[in-house]
Amino acid sequence: MENIAGTRPALAWVTNISVVLLVILWLVPTVGLLVSSFRDRDQIAVSAWWKSPFPVEQNFAVKANLDAVENSDGLFVIEGNIFADEGNEAGEVTAFGGKRTDPTGAQPGETATLARDRTLVVRANGDYVYTSPAEIKRPPSIYFASALPPDFSLDNYRQILTSDNMDRAFINTLTVTIPATIIPILIAAFAAYALAWMEFPGRWLLIAVIVGLLVVPLQLALVPMLQLHNKVGIGQSYLGIWLAHTGFGLPLAIYLLRNYMVGLPRDIIESAKVDGATDFQVFTKIVLPLSFPALASFAIFQFLWTWNDLLVAKVFLPSNSESWVMTVKIADDLLGSRGGDWGILAAAAFISIAVPLIVFFTMQRYLVRGLLAGSVK
Amino acid sequence: MSPMMQGIITVVVGVGGCVGYFFLSNLILDKIIFPPKPGDKGRNINRAEMVRPWLFLFPALFALTLYLVYPVVGSFWRSLHDRSGDAFIGFDNYTTMFSDTAFQTAFFNNFMWVLVVPAGATFLGLLVAQLTDQLKWGNIAKSLIFMPMAISFVGASLIWRFVYANTPEIGIINALRDYVGLLPIDVLQIPFWNNFFLMVILIWIQTGFAMVILSAALRGIPEETVEAAIIDGANPFQVFFKIKVPQIMGTIVVVWTTITILVLKVFDIVYAMTGGNFETDILPSYMMNFMFRDDGRATAVAFVIMIIVLPVMVWNIRQARKEMQ
Repeated sequence: MENIAGTRPALAWVTNISVVLLVILWLVPTVGLLVSSFRDRDQIAVSAWWKSPFPVEQNFAVKANLDAVENSDGLFVIEGNIFADEGNEAGEVTAFGGKRTDPTGAQPGETATLARDRTLVVRANGDYVYTSPAEIKRPPSIYFASALPPDFSLDNYRQILTSDNMDRAFINTLTVTIPATIIPILIAAFAAYALAWMEFPGRWLLIAVIVGLLVVPLQLALVPMLQLHNKVGIGQSYLGIWLAHTGFGLPLAIYLLRNYMVGLPRDIIESAKVDGATDFQVFTKIVLPLSFPALASFAIFQFLWTWNDLLVAKVFLPSNSESWVMTVKIADDLLGSRGGDWGILAAAAFISIAVPLIVFFTMQRYLVRGLLAGSVK
Repeated sequence: MSPMMQGIITVVVGVGGCVGYFFLSNLILDKIIFPPKPGDKGRNINRAEMVRPWLFLFPALFALTLYLVYPVVGSFWRSLHDRSGDAFIGFDNYTTMFSDTAFQTAFFNNFMWVLVVPAGATFLGLLVAQLTDQLKWGNIAKSLIFMPMAISFVGASLIWRFVYANTPEIGIINALRDYVGLLPIDVLQIPFWNNFFLMVILIWIQTGFAMVILSAALRGIPEETVEAAIIDGANPFQVFFKIKVPQIMGTIVVVWTTITILVLKVFDIVYAMTGGNFETDILPSYMMNFMFRDDGRATAVAFVIMIIVLPVMVWNIRQARKEMQ
């Protein structure tokens, strides 16, 4: 269009900037999650994730070491280092104080005067001098604020995978997803071939029915199918959820594959038939290999859908914690028991979305093609 | 047996079973039932050709009937029974439900979702499609905006919990409020408006879908129509709203209805964000309150959803038939 009307630099700038803003707006929530998943839980609580590359200021309290009291000329003195005492991470003291009511009133290097003529000096590197004219009976408290360097680590991931059973949920999700993705493809491919290339009475009616079934809310199937599963002895089990996902995925699978197969060149199929190929041979040797892009599109759809599903898993899998998939684990367990532990939540969420994101970015081409073929035009 | 092994065996049995079924049933049809014997060779081949489509279709039709057609009837029938499923109570579940204020709230909320989410996602999708089509780095921008499509509704909810968190150290919204000196609030607890904060999540996810389809439609517009408009002196806004949008109206409707259907099915977001508290229930999440507790009530809600979807279903079928003829 530009080449016809001549470019308008101002408009191009506006376009560029608005798209940049939109992309940032779209990415910010996810980036926040990703950054938070690597941060130390104490740092998450005191500084926002967008400030995470900068040192975090936190308040601490330590007790001065009573064993180190020295008596010089009637003045009792304790010298030490606040970082050495408590095993606190070494940082830079940005403020300190000797009173609970005023924990950060003095600058490093200043002498703070406390009650009963006691004094306290803390230097930026943590060295302190505490003096008192009277004998020191209890270890005095030193309050200070320290700027800690940013703390990024895999600790949240380690914890969620080892002690919170997220690894188990990951395996469960994988176990649900793979058969539930592969099995419908084959069933649908045969049906799609019949609907695309075989002549029989009632064909149009069947296609119409499948288009109709595309939008049937699967909420309808939950109660009757669970009852049926219980009756025939499948109950709430992996077999049950594989069958359920297969059933729910079929309309889209058949619809996508039929739309694609119908577009294959008629000549190839007819000349194969003239040469004596049976329908079974035409299907397996010609149509199936040529339909690979459509098969891939559907496989990605079904994979994303089963991986991300919460509803079907809640209903068709047993509700004990050993068979929780990741979505159920997050929604029913972590959000409750770990509600305030943002680092853990973020790590859990990222583990559950990592695989779909990889699939998405590597196979985006097929996904887009499938979307375009799958929407009723 | 570990579920993983069970899974592998199921894949092998399932795939092997399917291939075996199709191969053997075709073999039996050709060699045993209607063998092309000398004499009635032609007749038998024709008969076999009449049966074969149904061999190809049988597994799919069986699964579809069982998992999608039967439940429509089965759910309706179940919704006419009481909690235990033994006593037939007619439409009592429906009358109880309609007089339940929680249902009315859920229904009203769902109505707002249906109004706002498809409109928001379609509008933003169209905007992004139009803007990115003119950029060199448009494909990268598209792929990033499309990305939330891959994220589960639960994952997306968690992501947005961070944004909405009621402490300025975690939630961006409250950090902004803090910056201008306002006190932090929990946006998910503001009556009425909290629904819109939940809708934002689904719009965030679905904009990519709308964008991909509308972008393809925009590219399909004949260049001449746009050229003619520009030569006639139309400005970019006129070109977009008067030339391009009318030509892709069909696709816009498709995107709109697809997202509308989705809105009537998604219970995950409400479930993970508020659990339906603070008057944020929508029909699918309202239904889950009764799942496992009162199947009669649950199926009644499901059937109401089905009735709402019905017009779209009819419209889809008519479109598909028009396209095939």
